[in-house]
Amino acid sequence: MQIELYINEKKVQAEIRPNMMLLEFLRSRGIRSVKQGCDTGSCGLCTVWVDEKPVLSCGMPAARVQGRHVTTLEGVQEEAEEFSRFLAQEGADQCGYCSPGLIMNVLALKRELPHPTAEQVKEYLAGNLCRCTGYQSQYRALEKYFELEGGN
Amino acid sequence: MYTVKNYVLAGSLEQAAELRQKSKNNVIIGGNLWLKMGHRTIQNAIDLSRLELNQIEEEENGFRIGCMVTLRDLETHRGLANYFGDIFQEAVRHIVGVQFRNEATVGGSIFPRFGFSDVLTVFLACGSEVELYRGGRVALADFINMPLDNDILTHMYVPKEGRKICYESFRQTETDFPVLTCAVIKKQDGFETVLGARPKQALLVSEVSLSCPEKREERERYARQVAEKAEFGSNMRGSAQYRAALAKVLIQRGLERLMEEATCR
Repeated sequence: MQIELYINEKKVQAEIRPNMMLLEFLRSRGIRSVKQGCDTGSCGLCTVWVDEKPVLSCGMPAARVQGRHVTTLEGVQEEAEEFSRFLAQEGADQCGYCSPGLIMNVLALKRELPHPTAEQVKEYLAGNLCRCTGYQSQYRALEKYFELEGGN
Repeated sequence: MYTVKNYVLAGSLEQAAELRQKSKNNVIIGGNLWLKMGHRTIQNAIDLSRLELNQIEEEENGFRIGCMVTLRDLETHRGLANYFGDIFQEAVRHIVGVQFRNEATVGGSIFPRFGFSDVLTVFLACGSEVELYRGGRVALADFINMPLDNDILTHMYVPKEGRKICYESFRQTETDFPVLTCAVIKKQDGFETVLGARPKQALLVSEVSLSCPEKREERERYARQVAEKAEFGSNMRGSAQYRAALAKVLIQRGLERLMEEATCR
């Protein structure tokens, strides 16, 4: 079936299979920041935005994004690079496997709650699993990141 | 993963209902997250996302919630929070993560009547009704005992009845399925309790009376008698015995919070 959508603000027309998920569709378009971690909707690695909201692309039928705006890490590259440099400088990056999904969700959080409390950060990122279990270093870095961003 | 032969973005509820009636292999796609984990072959996947069923409408006497409203919408809706306090937020905020809740839908959580559902528990506690395309409005308490059929759940209706509700759940680990969910309700004429994730469907217990909730021993008696009315089961998250013990604790906690008139509505 045919779909038409916007990927990182670029209009795209494509032929898809009826049971194709958005994850597979994006990767077939060469968008390799989107990765398949668990494929059960549990790990958050495949996070992209659909109409600005973070979703799990492994569970989103590609047909459902007909006419929608899909944003991947490639679409927010500058901001993502800035944040990942910050994470690295803070020593909060470990193996980096979870980073693409984590970064997309952190940037979504920043748009939805520009000045989150530590509790809100933790809750918002509960669906982003880190296989190194590096949560404490991530939370520590995020606290600093949002303090700096908020200027408070 | 499931197999989908044909994907239909329904243009109307009539079209969706007609297709749904034709075959049991024509299936409504809710949030898709649970459905896609199965292994069934779906002839026509029917998508309701273009029918403006993603709205929460606040009316004078209640809220009308479309079946494609997401769990995240329930969590962040100001009108629901103003009227019901934190109960909707509390019921969904432990479900996986924000991304998951931006996809999982109200209809997809209620229609299949999952035994693990936080969502079923909280809607039942509010005295909600379901709106079915063919069957019209049915009390959720009756709907949960009806067999799965090929009707379409289009909306939930949550009345403003002045109930005060406290929602509690217990999980072994954050983002996992609950071991038990519990909502304690104070109505004009007494108390009710809903117990979910038993791990069977949520159950409303309304026949146990509690006249002096300010007395601790009365609260203990109420919790014990309610727990005795419920049948619990065992699975990898806990035994029936463990759930029965948990139920008594959660019910008493709920009652105490209701007495304190804390954050619950």
